[in-house]
Amino acid sequence: MDWGFILERTLSAMIGPEVVVYALAAVGLNVHFGYTGLMNFGQVGFMAAGAYGMGITVFWFGWSFWVGLLFTFVYGAVLALILGLPTLRLRADYLSLVTIAASETIRIVARSRVMKPVTGGAEGIDAFAKPFYDLSPFELGDFYRLGPFKFLGRDVWMLVVGWIVLVAVTLLVSQLMKSPWGRALRAIREDEDAARALGKNAYSYKMQSLMLGGLIGALAGLLQVIQKASVQADTFNPVITFTIWAILIIGGPGRVWSPIVGSMIYWTIIVFVENTLRQLPAGTRTNLESWINLSDFNIGMLRFILVGLGLLLLARYRPQGIFGSREEMALDRR
Amino acid sequence: MTAADAVAIRATGVVKTFGGLKAVDVERIVIPKGRITALIGPNGAGKTTFFNLLSGFDKVDSGTIELDGEDITGMPPHRLAAKGMVRTFQLTKVLSKMSTLENLKLGALGQRGENFFVALFRGLWADQEAAIERRADALLERFNLGHMRDEFAGTMSGGQRKLLELARAMMTDPQVIMLDEPMAGVNPALAQSLLEPIKSLRDEGRTVVFVEHNMDVVREIADRVIVMSEGRVIAEGTPEEIRTNRAVVDAYLGTHRGTESDGGGAQ
Ligand SMILES: Nc1ncnc2c1ncn2[C@@H]1O[C@H](COP(=O)(O)OP(=O)(O)OP(=O)(O)O)[C@@H](O)[C@H]1O
Ligand SMILES: [Mg+2]
Repeated sequence: MDWGFILERTLSAMIGPEVVVYALAAVGLNVHFGYTGLMNFGQVGFMAAGAYGMGITVFWFGWSFWVGLLFTFVYGAVLALILGLPTLRLRADYLSLVTIAASETIRIVARSRVMKPVTGGAEGIDAFAKPFYDLSPFELGDFYRLGPFKFLGRDVWMLVVGWIVLVAVTLLVSQLMKSPWGRALRAIREDEDAARALGKNAYSYKMQSLMLGGLIGALAGLLQVIQKASVQADTFNPVITFTIWAILIIGGPGRVWSPIVGSMIYWTIIVFVENTLRQLPAGTRTNLESWINLSDFNIGMLRFILVGLGLLLLARYRPQGIFGSREEMALDRR
Repeated sequence: MTAADAVAIRATGVVKTFGGLKAVDVERIVIPKGRITALIGPNGAGKTTFFNLLSGFDKVDSGTIELDGEDITGMPPHRLAAKGMVRTFQLTKVLSKMSTLENLKLGALGQRGENFFVALFRGLWADQEAAIERRADALLERFNLGHMRDEFAGTMSGGQRKLLELARAMMTDPQVIMLDEPMAGVNPALAQSLLEPIKSLRDEGRTVVFVEHNMDVVREIADRVIVMSEGRVIAEGTPEEIRTNRAVVDAYLGTHRGTESDGGGAQ
């Protein structure tokens, strides 16, 4: 069993592309749920909107990557409006129903045969990210090493840009939440009627929150497809939304650094478990195989089972998440 | 109410039903400006529902509500607050996971930093924020909540929550303030000390409407009393006139059924 290899993989995963993409999407969800109390169960829909904002602009209209970047935000904002306008005046549960349905609708429509000329159907869209990688100061095909970390040049470039965006957006959200605007959002999370009685237009604030978090989600979707260099409908499935929720819960909702740390923990566990299972010594492997067939598929599933177990333990022993405060959580029950 | 009194709120023909139940059915209620008006009546009389209608939290089935002569029927609460009309809740609504200070600061109207784009630049709202904080601190002292300043509001006792709501409503600098049982659950000594701030609201020219079950409190601070029962106004007048009103006594004893009462007081 090659512990050196497992360690290298695990440490690289701690700062890898998945961590950045999911952390950024979770920052958006944190704006929604952590600060405003909006139950968005379709964050992946915003990621898809951002990804197709880019993909369709380049693939269908033949416009440049940089126009695509603009459309990433346009698509994200339009989706927020479509979801928010009819639901945000209603009871909180309606938003969760509509978001989960909308995110699946986007995926299914995007992969359909009818939409193939626009979205590339199930095969998707590629060859749009070249202008991004053309800017790279790193050799795209070479491996780069720094201490225990090892990445391909193209990933190094994506990671440099991704982490800068992630930290900048996190700091921006942190500043906003300390402002009177953020105070109004938190007040709406605590008691919408109290905020309304004190002159706050709750509907408008919830819409702004949905848009901000949605735009951040769209940006995360864009980073994801730039890294994969393709936009494929089926990568935007509901499991991603639930993963983003798990990440936010691990970190603790309503805390600035929760998305980043939650995402690092989540992906570290996933990659560690996967690589350990693949690297088991022959004896252990045979023993285990008498009980479960360690195919790639099963290893993939086992990772999630173990993460699920971890979440159960978290719920039992630290329900407030890494950064949350137990004292604060207890206030809900008063 | 003399003819010279200006009108703050006028409700005409306001009806609100829940299923088959007529929770509110008032022909005419007039709240004089710059006075303290008490709204009393047995449980279930429709006082809170009437508050909800006035403050935009519920929609009237029919009828009109005017504020300073302007028709405000169906206007949402946040716009009413901007017009200087604020209310508190019978079941307190504190923002549990925010500090007491933050609860108060939220109440200030016209905050520049509440605009998303302005919020991005601290320099544009920091001065105003500091002024708001000074005002909040002064109110916290006035309501004996200074020691709770940085605690989560969710840790407060029931009585403290009532005080917090009142202080928070004052942060909006309201022209009309509507208090739904502000003294309920507040210990008598403290309740007594609440009377002065409420009276001083009137002395500053503001209009106060409050719901209260304690007749001693009503007698002590109210200029006018409106008595509701089963959704209707059954009497109106000064506290003294109400005390001796037959229909009111009947209503409280539960024998009142009709609507024939003329209200007894000066009309
Ligand atoms: N949302 C609602 N749905 C159905 N019925 C309601 C609703 N709100 C109030 N009611 C009914 O309307 C009537 C008036 O209630 P309201 O709360 O206005 O009384 P109140 O005068 O404030 O009483 P209390 O002194 O106990 O607070 C009651 O019979 C109540 O059951
Ligand atoms: Mg009531």
